[in-house]
Amino acid sequence: MADEIVELHDGTEDLVLVGIQRRGVQLADRIARLIAEREGDTPRRGALDITLYRDDLQTVGPRPVVGPTDIPGDIDNARVVIVDDVLYTGRTVRAALDELADFGRPARIGLAVLIDRGGRELPIHADVVGKRVDLRRDQRVDVLVTELDGRDAVEVVPKSAPASDAGRAAGGGRSKKPASGGGRRAAGEASA
Amino acid sequence: MTSPLGKDLLALEPLTPEQIGLILDTAEPFKEISERAIKKVPTLRGSTIVNLFFEPSTRTRISFEFAEKRLSADTVNVGATGSSVSKGETLVDTARNLEAMRIDMVVIRHGASGAAQFLAQRIESNVINAGDGTHEHPTQGLLDLLTLRDHFGDLRGLRVCIVGDVLHSRVARSNIWGLQKMGADVAVCGPRSLLPNAIAEFGITVFDRIEAAMEWAQALNVLRLQLERMTAGYIPSLREYNRVFGVTRERLERVDHDVLILHPGPMNRGVEIDSDVADGPQSVILNQVTNGVAIRMAVLYLLAGGRPELAETAKSTPGGDR
Repeated sequence: MADEIVELHDGTEDLVLVGIQRRGVQLADRIARLIAEREGDTPRRGALDITLYRDDLQTVGPRPVVGPTDIPGDIDNARVVIVDDVLYTGRTVRAALDELADFGRPARIGLAVLIDRGGRELPIHADVVGKRVDLRRDQRVDVLVTELDGRDAVEVVPKSAPASDAGRAAGGGRSKKPASGGGRRAAGEASA
Repeated sequence: MTSPLGKDLLALEPLTPEQIGLILDTAEPFKEISERAIKKVPTLRGSTIVNLFFEPSTRTRISFEFAEKRLSADTVNVGATGSSVSKGETLVDTARNLEAMRIDMVVIRHGASGAAQFLAQRIESNVINAGDGTHEHPTQGLLDLLTLRDHFGDLRGLRVCIVGDVLHSRVARSNIWGLQKMGADVAVCGPRSLLPNAIAEFGITVFDRIEAAMEWAQALNVLRLQLERMTAGYIPSLREYNRVFGVTRERLERVDHDVLILHPGPMNRGVEIDSDVADGPQSVILNQVTNGVAIRMAVLYLLAGGRPELAETAKSTPGGDR
Protein backbone atom coordinates (compact mmCIF):
# COMPACT_ATOMS: atom_id res chain seq x y z
CA MET A 1 0.00 0.00 0.00
CA ALA A 2 2.86 2.33 0.86
CA ASP A 3 4.40 1.80 -2.56
CA GLU A 4 1.12 2.37 -4.32
CA ILE A 5 0.55 5.60 -2.46
CA VAL A 6 3.99 6.91 -3.41
CA GLU A 7 3.52 5.79 -7.00
CA LEU A 8 0.11 7.39 -7.26
CA HIS A 9 1.46 10.69 -6.02
CA ASP A 10 4.74 10.64 -7.93
CA GLY A 11 6.82 10.74 -4.77
CA THR A 12 6.41 12.04 -1.25
CA GLU A 13 6.47 15.76 -1.88
CA ASP A 14 3.55 17.58 -0.18
CA LEU A 15 2.14 14.23 0.86
CA VAL A 16 0.02 14.20 4.04
CA LEU A 17 -1.36 10.96 5.46
CA VAL A 18 -4.48 11.54 7.50
CA GLY A 19 -5.70 8.60 9.57
CA ILE A 20 -9.30 8.37 10.67
CA GLN A 21 -9.83 7.75 14.39
CA ARG A 22 -9.27 5.19 15.56
CA ARG A 23 -7.60 2.32 13.68
CA GLY A 24 -6.85 4.49 10.66
CA VAL A 25 -4.42 6.60 12.69
CA GLN A 26 -2.24 3.60 13.52
CA LEU A 27 -2.36 2.38 9.94
CA ALA A 28 -1.32 5.83 8.68
CA ASP A 29 1.62 5.77 11.11
CA ARG A 30 2.75 2.42 9.77
CA ILE A 31 2.41 3.42 6.15
CA ALA A 32 4.40 6.57 6.91
CA ARG A 33 7.15 4.45 8.48
CA LEU A 34 7.28 2.18 5.44
CA ILE A 35 7.45 5.14 3.10
CA ALA A 36 10.25 6.61 5.22
CA GLU A 37 12.22 3.35 4.99
CA ARG A 38 11.88 3.15 1.23
CA GLU A 39 11.97 6.77 0.18
CA GLY A 40 14.03 8.23 3.02
CA ASP A 41 11.44 10.91 3.55
CA THR A 42 8.68 10.79 6.17
CA PRO A 43 5.38 12.22 4.98
CA ARG A 44 3.43 14.44 7.35
CA ARG A 45 0.75 12.66 9.34
CA GLY A 46 -2.54 13.82 10.79
CA ALA A 47 -5.50 12.40 12.66
CA LEU A 48 -9.12 13.07 11.98
CA ASP A 49 -12.12 12.30 14.16
CA ILE A 50 -15.22 12.54 12.02
CA THR A 51 -17.80 12.05 14.79
CA LEU A 52 -18.96 15.67 14.71
CA TYR A 53 -19.47 15.45 10.94
CA ARG A 54 -21.54 12.25 10.93
CA ASP A 55 -24.84 12.37 9.08
CA ASP A 56 -26.60 10.17 11.63
CA LEU A 57 -25.81 12.03 14.85
CA GLN A 58 -29.45 12.80 15.55
CA THR A 59 -30.43 9.17 15.35
CA VAL A 60 -27.58 7.15 16.86
CA GLY A 61 -27.89 6.10 20.46
CA PRO A 62 -25.74 7.37 23.29
CA ARG A 63 -23.42 10.07 22.08
CA PRO A 64 -20.30 8.56 20.52
CA VAL A 65 -17.01 9.47 22.14
CA VAL A 66 -15.15 12.16 20.21
CA GLY A 67 -11.44 11.56 19.71
CA PRO A 68 -8.76 14.11 18.99
CA THR A 69 -8.34 15.72 15.58
CA ASP A 70 -4.86 16.93 14.70
CA ILE A 71 -4.09 18.23 11.24
CA PRO A 72 -0.44 19.27 11.01
CA GLY A 73 0.16 22.65 9.45
CA ASP A 74 -1.39 23.90 6.28
CA ILE A 75 -3.03 21.46 3.89
CA ASP A 76 -3.71 23.98 1.13
CA ASN A 77 -2.32 22.51 -2.10
CA ALA A 78 -1.04 19.44 -0.26
CA ARG A 79 -1.77 15.94 -1.51
CA VAL A 80 -3.76 14.34 1.25
CA VAL A 81 -4.37 10.62 1.57
CA ILE A 82 -7.14 9.58 3.94
CA VAL A 83 -6.25 6.30 5.63
CA ASP A 84 -8.85 4.08 7.28
CA ASP A 85 -9.14 0.47 8.30
CA VAL A 86 -12.39 -0.57 6.62
CA LEU A 87 -14.33 0.96 3.74
CA TYR A 88 -18.02 0.03 3.85
CA THR A 89 -20.89 2.46 3.22
CA GLY A 90 -18.61 5.38 2.39
CA ARG A 91 -20.30 7.65 4.92
CA THR A 92 -17.23 8.00 7.10
CA VAL A 93 -15.22 9.07 4.07
CA ARG A 94 -17.93 11.56 3.10
CA ALA A 95 -17.68 13.05 6.61
CA ALA A 96 -13.88 13.10 6.41
CA LEU A 97 -14.01 14.97 3.08
CA ASP A 98 -16.30 17.58 4.62
CA GLU A 99 -14.05 17.97 7.64
CA LEU A 100 -10.89 18.27 5.53
CA ALA A 101 -12.56 21.00 3.49
CA ASP A 102 -12.83 23.03 6.71
CA PHE A 103 -9.06 22.84 7.15
CA GLY A 104 -8.05 23.91 3.69
CA ARG A 105 -8.09 23.10 0.00
CA PRO A 106 -5.73 20.26 -0.81
CA ALA A 107 -4.58 19.83 -4.41
CA ARG A 108 -5.82 16.26 -4.27
CA ILE A 109 -7.44 13.96 -1.72
CA GLY A 110 -6.94 10.21 -2.07
CA LEU A 111 -8.23 7.28 -0.06
CA ALA A 112 -6.30 4.24 1.16
CA VAL A 113 -8.05 1.48 3.11
CA LEU A 114 -6.81 -1.82 4.45
CA ILE A 115 -10.09 -3.64 3.76
CA ASP A 116 -12.75 -2.80 1.20
CA ARG A 117 -15.78 -4.87 2.12
CA GLY A 118 -18.19 -3.56 -0.52
CA GLY A 119 -21.69 -2.33 0.32
CA ARG A 120 -21.24 1.33 -0.61
CA GLU A 121 -24.15 3.72 -0.08
CA LEU A 122 -22.38 6.72 -1.60
CA PRO A 123 -20.39 7.18 -4.83
CA ILE A 124 -17.00 6.77 -3.16
CA HIS A 125 -14.12 4.49 -4.08
CA ALA A 126 -10.65 3.91 -2.70
CA ASP A 127 -7.43 4.57 -4.64
CA VAL A 128 -5.40 2.06 -2.71
CA VAL A 129 -6.86 -1.10 -1.18
CA GLY A 130 -5.05 -3.70 0.94
CA LYS A 131 -7.61 -6.42 0.39
CA ARG A 132 -11.08 -6.63 -1.10
CA VAL A 133 -13.65 -8.94 0.49
CA ASP A 134 -17.34 -9.28 -0.23
CA LEU A 135 -19.33 -9.55 2.95
CA ARG A 136 -23.00 -9.87 3.67
CA ARG A 137 -24.85 -7.18 5.60
CA ASP A 138 -25.06 -9.40 8.66
CA GLN A 139 -21.30 -9.69 8.80
CA ARG A 140 -18.75 -7.29 10.16
CA VAL A 141 -15.03 -7.00 9.68
CA ASP A 142 -12.86 -6.00 12.64
CA VAL A 143 -9.35 -4.73 12.09
CA LEU A 144 -7.13 -5.11 15.15
CA VAL A 145 -3.82 -3.33 15.53
CA THR A 146 -1.13 -4.10 18.08
CA GLU A 147 -1.02 -0.51 19.37
CA LEU A 148 -4.63 -0.66 20.55
CA ASP A 149 -5.60 -4.31 20.58
CA GLY A 150 -2.40 -6.12 21.48
CA ARG A 151 -2.26 -7.95 18.16
CA ASP A 152 -2.60 -7.44 14.43
CA ALA A 153 -5.54 -9.21 12.85
CA VAL A 154 -8.43 -8.85 10.46
CA GLU A 155 -11.48 -10.82 11.58
CA VAL A 156 -14.84 -11.42 9.97
CA VAL A 157 -17.50 -11.81 12.63
CA PRO A 158 -21.32 -11.82 12.75
CA LYS A 159 -22.60 -8.28 12.97
CA SER A 160 -24.16 -8.94 16.35
CA ALA A 161 -20.87 -10.09 17.89
CA PRO A 162 -19.53 -7.90 20.68
CA ALA A 163 -16.71 -5.61 19.58
CA SER A 164 -13.37 -7.25 20.29
CA ASP A 165 -12.75 -5.09 23.23
CA ALA A 166 -9.20 -5.60 24.41
CA GLY A 167 -8.00 -2.39 22.86
CA ARG A 168 -11.26 -0.79 21.92
CA ALA A 169 -11.75 0.11 25.54
CA ALA A 170 -8.11 0.76 26.34
CA GLY A 171 -6.76 3.06 23.64
CA GLY A 172 -7.50 6.64 22.86
CA GLY A 173 -5.90 8.35 25.80
CA ARG A 174 -8.47 9.37 28.36
CA SER A 175 -11.07 7.02 29.66
CA LYS A 176 -13.89 5.60 27.67
CA LYS A 177 -16.88 5.41 29.97
CA PRO A 178 -19.69 2.87 29.59
CA ALA A 179 -22.20 5.71 29.59
CA SER A 180 -20.66 7.07 26.43
CA GLY A 181 -21.40 4.12 24.27
CA GLY A 182 -19.05 1.49 25.63
CA GLY A 183 -16.49 0.01 23.35
CA ARG A 184 -18.52 -0.08 20.16
CA ARG A 185 -16.90 2.02 17.57
CA ALA A 186 -19.31 3.36 15.07
CA ALA A 187 -16.80 4.31 12.40
CA GLY A 188 -15.36 0.85 12.03
CA GLU A 189 -18.51 -1.08 11.59
CA ALA A 190 -21.57 1.01 11.04
CA SER A 191 -20.35 3.66 8.71
CA ALA A 192 -16.88 2.86 7.47
CA MET B 1 -32.05 7.74 22.78
CA THR B 2 -31.25 9.07 26.19
CA SER B 3 -28.29 11.34 26.48
CA PRO B 4 -25.70 10.22 29.02
CA LEU B 5 -26.55 13.28 31.09
CA GLY B 6 -30.34 13.00 30.96
CA LYS B 7 -32.50 15.74 29.49
CA ASP B 8 -31.03 18.77 31.21
CA LEU B 9 -27.93 20.12 32.91
CA LEU B 10 -29.27 21.91 35.97
CA ALA B 11 -26.61 21.38 38.61
CA LEU B 12 -23.51 19.39 39.42
CA GLU B 13 -25.00 18.10 42.67
CA PRO B 14 -27.08 15.29 41.07
CA LEU B 15 -24.35 14.19 38.62
CA THR B 16 -22.16 11.16 39.16
CA PRO B 17 -18.35 11.39 39.00
CA GLU B 18 -18.59 9.35 35.77
CA GLN B 19 -20.92 11.89 34.18
CA ILE B 20 -18.67 14.78 35.19
CA GLY B 21 -15.66 12.87 33.89
CA LEU B 22 -17.46 12.27 30.60
CA ILE B 23 -18.13 16.00 30.15
CA LEU B 24 -14.50 16.87 30.91
CA ASP B 25 -13.21 14.17 28.54
CA THR B 26 -15.62 15.26 25.82
CA ALA B 27 -14.45 18.87 26.18
CA GLU B 28 -10.87 17.87 25.25
CA PRO B 29 -11.39 17.39 21.48
CA PHE B 30 -13.63 20.48 21.38
CA LYS B 31 -10.71 22.68 22.44
CA GLU B 32 -9.08 22.04 19.08
CA ILE B 33 -12.08 23.25 17.08
CA SER B 34 -11.66 26.77 18.44
CA GLU B 35 -8.04 26.74 17.19
CA ARG B 36 -9.02 26.03 13.58
CA ALA B 37 -9.17 28.65 10.87
CA ILE B 38 -12.81 27.68 10.31
CA LYS B 39 -14.07 27.37 13.86
CA LYS B 40 -17.16 25.38 13.07
CA VAL B 41 -18.37 21.81 12.90
CA PRO B 42 -21.80 20.81 11.54
CA THR B 43 -22.82 18.77 14.59
CA LEU B 44 -25.91 20.72 15.71
CA ARG B 45 -26.94 21.92 12.27
CA GLY B 46 -30.65 22.64 12.25
CA SER B 47 -30.96 22.83 16.03
CA THR B 48 -32.37 26.02 17.50
CA ILE B 49 -31.15 27.21 20.88
CA VAL B 50 -32.60 30.09 22.87
CA ASN B 51 -30.40 31.91 25.34
CA LEU B 52 -32.75 33.29 27.99
CA PHE B 53 -30.73 35.69 30.10
CA PHE B 54 -32.77 37.38 32.80
CA GLU B 55 -29.62 38.68 34.52
CA PRO B 56 -26.77 40.60 33.00
CA SER B 57 -23.87 38.48 31.77
CA THR B 58 -21.08 39.00 29.31
CA ARG B 59 -18.77 36.06 29.64
CA THR B 60 -21.27 33.28 30.12
CA ARG B 61 -23.70 34.49 27.46
CA ILE B 62 -21.02 35.05 24.85
CA SER B 63 -19.31 31.80 25.73
CA PHE B 64 -22.56 29.88 25.25
CA GLU B 65 -23.22 31.71 22.02
CA PHE B 66 -19.77 30.88 20.65
CA ALA B 67 -20.20 27.26 21.68
CA GLU B 68 -23.59 27.09 19.96
CA LYS B 69 -22.39 28.79 16.79
CA ARG B 70 -19.25 26.65 16.58
CA LEU B 71 -21.52 23.60 16.61
CA SER B 72 -23.62 25.20 13.81
CA ALA B 73 -26.77 25.64 15.90
CA ASP B 74 -29.08 28.59 15.26
CA THR B 75 -29.28 30.87 18.26
CA VAL B 76 -31.65 33.50 19.56
CA ASN B 77 -30.87 35.73 22.53
CA VAL B 78 -33.67 36.89 24.77
CA GLY B 79 -33.08 39.33 27.62
CA ALA B 80 -35.41 40.53 30.34
CA THR B 81 -35.53 44.04 28.99
CA GLY B 82 -36.86 44.56 25.51
CA SER B 83 -38.94 41.37 25.67
CA SER B 84 -42.41 40.56 26.97
CA VAL B 85 -40.85 39.75 30.33
CA SER B 86 -40.89 43.47 31.02
CA LYS B 87 -44.65 43.38 30.34
CA GLY B 88 -45.11 40.85 33.10
CA GLU B 89 -45.10 37.58 31.19
CA THR B 90 -44.19 34.63 33.38
CA LEU B 91 -41.12 32.53 32.82
CA VAL B 92 -43.12 29.47 31.80
CA ASP B 93 -45.27 31.43 29.37
CA THR B 94 -42.19 32.92 27.76
CA ALA B 95 -40.60 29.50 27.39
CA ARG B 96 -43.79 27.82 26.15
CA ASN B 97 -44.20 30.47 23.51
CA LEU B 98 -40.65 29.95 22.41
CA GLU B 99 -41.21 26.22 22.36
CA ALA B 100 -44.26 26.72 20.16
CA MET B 101 -41.81 28.13 17.62
CA ARG B 102 -40.06 24.74 17.67
CA ILE B 103 -36.85 25.21 19.57
CA ASP B 104 -34.58 22.44 20.81
CA MET B 105 -32.74 23.85 23.79
CA VAL B 106 -32.95 26.64 26.31
CA VAL B 107 -29.97 28.12 28.12
CA ILE B 108 -31.25 30.05 31.11
CA ARG B 109 -29.71 32.55 33.51
CA HIS B 110 -32.10 33.70 36.20
CA GLY B 111 -31.97 35.52 39.53
CA ALA B 112 -34.14 32.99 41.31
CA SER B 113 -32.61 29.79 42.65
CA GLY B 114 -34.32 26.81 41.06
CA ALA B 115 -35.55 28.70 37.99
CA ALA B 116 -33.79 26.33 35.60
CA GLN B 117 -35.24 23.26 37.27
CA PHE B 118 -38.70 24.84 37.36
CA LEU B 119 -38.49 25.44 33.63
CA ALA B 120 -37.01 22.02 32.84
CA GLN B 121 -39.97 20.26 34.42
CA ARG B 122 -42.43 22.24 32.32
CA ILE B 123 -40.98 22.22 28.81
CA GLU B 124 -39.79 19.47 26.53
CA SER B 125 -36.64 21.19 25.30
CA ASN B 126 -33.30 20.47 26.90
CA VAL B 127 -32.53 23.05 29.58
CA ILE B 128 -29.05 24.19 30.55
CA ASN B 129 -28.62 26.20 33.72
CA ALA B 130 -26.34 29.19 33.11
CA GLY B 131 -26.65 30.33 36.73
CA ASP B 132 -29.75 30.42 38.92
CA GLY B 133 -29.79 32.75 41.91
CA THR B 134 -27.43 31.55 44.62
CA HIS B 135 -27.95 27.88 43.69
CA GLU B 136 -25.56 26.62 41.00
CA HIS B 137 -23.67 27.58 37.86
CA PRO B 138 -22.76 24.12 36.58
CA THR B 139 -20.88 25.02 33.41
CA GLN B 140 -18.69 27.42 35.40
CA GLY B 141 -17.97 24.62 37.88
CA LEU B 142 -17.11 22.30 35.00
CA LEU B 143 -14.77 24.74 33.30
CA ASP B 144 -13.00 25.30 36.62
CA LEU B 145 -12.57 21.53 36.97
CA LEU B 146 -11.23 21.31 33.41
CA THR B 147 -8.76 24.15 34.01
CA LEU B 148 -7.54 22.51 37.22
CA ARG B 149 -7.24 19.14 35.50
CA ASP B 150 -5.31 20.70 32.60
CA HIS B 151 -2.79 22.09 35.07
CA PHE B 152 -2.50 19.33 37.66
CA GLY B 153 -3.37 16.30 35.54
CA ASP B 154 -5.59 14.76 38.21
CA LEU B 155 -8.24 16.16 40.51
CA ARG B 156 -8.01 13.43 43.13
CA GLY B 157 -6.43 14.72 46.32
CA LEU B 158 -6.02 18.21 44.88
CA ARG B 159 -6.29 20.92 47.55
CA VAL B 160 -8.50 23.75 46.33
CA CYS B 161 -9.62 26.70 48.44
CA ILE B 162 -12.57 28.87 47.45
CA VAL B 163 -12.05 32.42 48.66
CA GLY B 164 -14.62 35.12 49.32
CA ASP B 165 -18.39 35.37 49.25
CA VAL B 166 -19.28 31.68 49.40
CA LEU B 167 -22.68 32.43 50.89
CA HIS B 168 -24.12 34.09 47.80
CA SER B 169 -22.05 32.31 45.19
CA ARG B 170 -23.55 29.79 42.78
CA VAL B 171 -20.04 29.35 41.41
CA ALA B 172 -18.87 28.24 44.85
CA ARG B 173 -21.68 25.70 45.15
CA SER B 174 -21.01 24.15 41.75
CA ASN B 175 -17.29 24.07 42.53
CA ILE B 176 -17.80 22.42 45.89
CA TRP B 177 -20.05 19.70 44.47
CA GLY B 178 -17.87 19.12 41.43
CA LEU B 179 -14.56 19.08 43.27
CA GLN B 180 -15.81 16.79 46.02
CA LYS B 181 -17.29 14.34 43.52
CA MET B 182 -14.00 14.24 41.64
CA GLY B 183 -12.10 13.48 44.84
CA ALA B 184 -10.48 16.85 45.51
CA ASP B 185 -10.02 18.36 48.98
CA VAL B 186 -12.08 21.52 49.28
CA ALA B 187 -11.66 24.42 51.68
CA VAL B 188 -13.24 27.85 51.91
CA CYS B 189 -11.86 31.10 53.21
CA GLY B 190 -13.67 34.38 53.85
CA PRO B 191 -15.35 36.49 56.45
CA ARG B 192 -17.69 34.38 58.56
CA SER B 193 -20.56 36.64 57.56
CA LEU B 194 -20.08 35.47 53.96
CA LEU B 195 -19.74 31.74 54.68
CA PRO B 196 -22.77 29.45 55.05
CA ASN B 197 -23.42 28.50 58.67
CA ALA B 198 -22.96 24.76 58.70
CA ILE B 199 -20.38 24.56 55.92
CA ALA B 200 -17.92 22.46 57.94
CA GLU B 201 -20.51 19.67 58.07
CA PHE B 202 -19.94 19.07 54.37
CA GLY B 203 -16.38 17.98 55.05
CA ILE B 204 -15.02 21.33 54.02
CA THR B 205 -12.11 22.96 55.83
CA VAL B 206 -12.70 26.56 56.84
CA PHE B 207 -9.82 29.04 56.92
CA ASP B 208 -10.31 32.36 58.68
CA ARG B 209 -6.99 33.69 57.47
CA ILE B 210 -6.08 33.94 53.80
CA GLU B 211 -2.41 33.31 54.65
CA ALA B 212 -3.29 29.91 56.12
CA ALA B 213 -5.45 29.10 53.09
CA MET B 214 -2.58 29.89 50.71
CA GLU B 215 -0.21 27.79 52.78
CA TRP B 216 -2.56 24.81 52.46
CA ALA B 217 -3.92 25.16 48.94
CA GLN B 218 -2.52 24.18 45.54
CA ALA B 219 -5.12 26.35 43.88
CA LEU B 220 -7.28 29.27 44.94
CA ASN B 221 -10.60 29.98 43.28
CA VAL B 222 -11.11 33.64 44.09
CA LEU B 223 -14.76 34.66 43.95
CA ARG B 224 -16.02 38.03 42.91
CA LEU B 225 -17.01 40.15 45.88
CA GLN B 226 -20.49 41.18 44.90
CA LEU B 227 -20.33 44.88 45.63
CA GLU B 228 -24.00 45.11 46.51
CA ARG B 229 -23.18 42.95 49.56
CA MET B 230 -21.34 45.79 51.14
CA THR B 231 -24.43 47.93 51.55
CA ALA B 232 -26.20 44.93 53.06
CA GLY B 233 -23.79 44.98 55.97
CA TYR B 234 -21.90 41.76 55.33
CA ILE B 235 -18.50 43.44 55.36
CA PRO B 236 -17.34 46.75 56.88
CA SER B 237 -15.63 48.16 53.78
CA LEU B 238 -13.96 47.15 50.55
CA ARG B 239 -10.62 48.41 51.77
CA GLU B 240 -10.79 46.32 54.87
CA TYR B 241 -11.84 43.29 52.83
CA ASN B 242 -8.84 43.77 50.57
CA ARG B 243 -6.53 44.19 53.54
CA VAL B 244 -7.73 41.01 55.28
CA PHE B 245 -8.74 38.67 52.43
CA GLY B 246 -7.26 40.19 49.28
CA VAL B 247 -5.14 37.84 47.16
CA THR B 248 -2.00 39.92 46.78
CA ARG B 249 1.43 39.26 45.37
CA GLU B 250 3.10 39.90 48.73
CA ARG B 251 0.99 37.19 50.31
CA LEU B 252 1.61 34.72 47.47
CA GLU B 253 5.36 35.33 47.61
CA ARG B 254 5.45 34.34 51.25
CA VAL B 255 4.16 30.86 50.40
CA ASP B 256 6.91 28.34 49.55
CA HIS B 257 4.95 26.59 46.75
CA ASP B 258 3.14 27.80 43.66
CA VAL B 259 -0.55 28.47 44.08
CA LEU B 260 -2.68 28.44 40.94
CA ILE B 261 -5.12 31.34 40.77
CA LEU B 262 -8.61 31.03 39.30
CA HIS B 263 -11.33 33.66 39.17
CA PRO B 264 -14.75 33.25 37.54
CA GLY B 265 -14.93 36.92 36.56
CA PRO B 266 -15.78 39.69 36.39
CA MET B 267 -12.92 40.78 38.64
CA ASN B 268 -12.87 43.65 41.08
CA ARG B 269 -9.20 44.45 40.76
CA GLY B 270 -7.83 45.76 44.02
CA VAL B 271 -10.64 44.25 46.06
CA GLU B 272 -10.60 40.44 46.12
CA ILE B 273 -7.60 40.13 43.80
CA ASP B 274 -4.70 42.42 42.95
CA SER B 275 -3.87 43.21 39.35
CA ASP B 276 -0.37 41.78 39.47
CA VAL B 277 -1.82 38.46 40.68
CA ALA B 278 -4.63 38.43 38.13
CA ASP B 279 -2.15 39.09 35.31
CA GLY B 280 0.68 37.12 36.90
CA PRO B 281 2.29 33.83 35.93
CA GLN B 282 0.21 31.77 38.37
CA SER B 283 -3.07 33.02 36.99
CA VAL B 284 -5.11 30.77 34.69
CA ILE B 285 -8.04 33.16 34.53
CA LEU B 286 -7.95 33.45 30.74
CA ASN B 287 -7.50 29.69 30.36
CA GLN B 288 -10.77 29.40 32.25
CA VAL B 289 -12.47 31.57 29.65
CA THR B 290 -11.03 29.53 26.77
CA ASN B 291 -12.06 26.28 28.45
CA GLY B 292 -15.55 27.68 28.99
CA VAL B 293 -16.31 27.46 25.29
CA ALA B 294 -15.05 23.85 25.06
CA ILE B 295 -17.04 22.79 28.15
CA ARG B 296 -20.21 24.36 26.81
CA MET B 297 -19.71 22.72 23.41
CA ALA B 298 -19.30 19.38 25.18
CA VAL B 299 -22.47 19.88 27.22
CA LEU B 300 -24.46 20.92 24.14
CA TYR B 301 -23.14 17.94 22.21
CA LEU B 302 -23.93 15.47 24.98
CA LEU B 303 -27.40 16.82 25.68
CA ALA B 304 -28.54 17.30 22.10
CA GLY B 305 -28.66 13.57 21.44
CA GLY B 306 -31.26 12.90 24.09
CA ARG B 307 -34.94 12.95 23.30
CA PRO B 308 -37.08 14.28 26.14
CA GLU B 309 -39.60 11.44 26.34
CA LEU B 310 -36.85 8.92 27.01
CA ALA B 311 -34.97 11.20 29.34
CA GLU B 312 -37.70 11.24 31.99
CA THR B 313 -36.40 8.07 33.57
CA ALA B 314 -32.83 9.25 33.54
CA LYS B 315 -33.83 12.48 35.19
CA SER B 316 -35.50 10.90 38.17
CA THR B 317 -32.62 8.59 39.05
CA PRO B 318 -29.52 10.42 40.30
CA GLY B 319 -30.13 11.57 43.87
CA GLY B 320 -32.60 14.14 42.64
CA ASP B 321 -33.70 16.59 45.27
CA ARG B 322 -37.07 18.33 45.17
